[in-house]
Amino acid sequence: MQIALTWGDWFGLFAHYLLLSLLSIGGAITTLPEMHRYMVEQQHWLSDAQFTASIAIAQAAPGPNVLFVALMGWNVGINAGGAATGLWGVCVTMLGILLPSTTLTYLAARWGHRNRELRAVRAFKQGLAPIVIALLISTGWILASAHGIFAEDWRLWLTTVIVALIIWRTRLHLLWLLGAGALLGWFGLV
Amino acid sequence: MTSEYRPQPKSLTDLFVSFTLLALQGFGGVLAVVQRELVERKRWLSNEEFVEEWAVAQIMPGPNVVNLALMLGARSFGLPGALAALAGILTVPLVLVLLLALAYTQYAGLPEVAGALRGMGAVAAGLILATGLKLMSALRKNPLGISLCAVLGLACFAGIALLRWPLVYVAAPLGAAACLTAYRKLQP
Repeated sequence: MQIALTWGDWFGLFAHYLLLSLLSIGGAITTLPEMHRYMVEQQHWLSDAQFTASIAIAQAAPGPNVLFVALMGWNVGINAGGAATGLWGVCVTMLGILLPSTTLTYLAARWGHRNRELRAVRAFKQGLAPIVIALLISTGWILASAHGIFAEDWRLWLTTVIVALIIWRTRLHLLWLLGAGALLGWFGLV
Repeated sequence: MTSEYRPQPKSLTDLFVSFTLLALQGFGGVLAVVQRELVERKRWLSNEEFVEEWAVAQIMPGPNVVNLALMLGARSFGLPGALAALAGILTVPLVLVLLLALAYTQYAGLPEVAGALRGMGAVAAGLILATGLKLMSALRKNPLGISLCAVLGLACFAGIALLRWPLVYVAAPLGAAACLTAYRKLQP
């Protein structure tokens, strides 16, 4: 895929990610539909395959999932030139998605920490605790159900359940489990 | 609020290195590793404090784990700490993900690679489930009381995981109700 981006286009990309950053309550992944609409359908800066691969690779790599944004910038840059433009694209999208949200979070966290004994602050944080924990369990559940049909994928479900029990009840290092999962998958056992 | 002694990060370098190592262990979600390493091993914060920080990290815009790193860094060293933790959680993983993107074009077709990713995905789901289960113990001291916590949690799980409703429609009303109740139950 070959495209040409002007300085104005790069600025537009940056501005769009600044906006998405402010909208990304619940994580950058929640703005995925809007990213697809803008980058793939409207501007044609990314192919559908590049868009999907960006997410899959970031999920497979260690580190925060937000790095899929870096890969999108990388792919736009590659489409517009070469590796150097790719690195430029990474800077544009990552700075865009991070600057507004990190600034806001930093200010909010400082304020909350200074006023941590306020009744409203304590009520806010402690009231949200059960919701936040339920969201976490829901995320695990949704990831596990991405396996698909239970009758075909019962080995994957079993792996998930056993891992959850081991982590809950023991202090075994997480990397052993990830390694075991990779090996089981590599040899086609799950 | 707890008076017991807690170790703290020693320096900015300690923060950077700790968060780099956390990020590198986190396949498909760094959160499980953060809880395991910072709460259970390093003891920089308690389960209760972790849930409180995580609630703020989730409610603010932006990637949750990045927000959490930023907040934990800021707790001990202010702005420099926030930047050190942020750099730690992003820099090395960013380099790795770019290398992986380069390699992907060559090895994506191998069934073994696809299988390994599938296996790791199943493990990652288990990690996140277990983290949620472990953090439930943080609710014991919650002002809402354990039964109300259970009702709110189950309602949230049903809406998000089973019915697959959008996050805002489920979490906003439940969260608002929970915060208001907590406000009423906390002593002024």
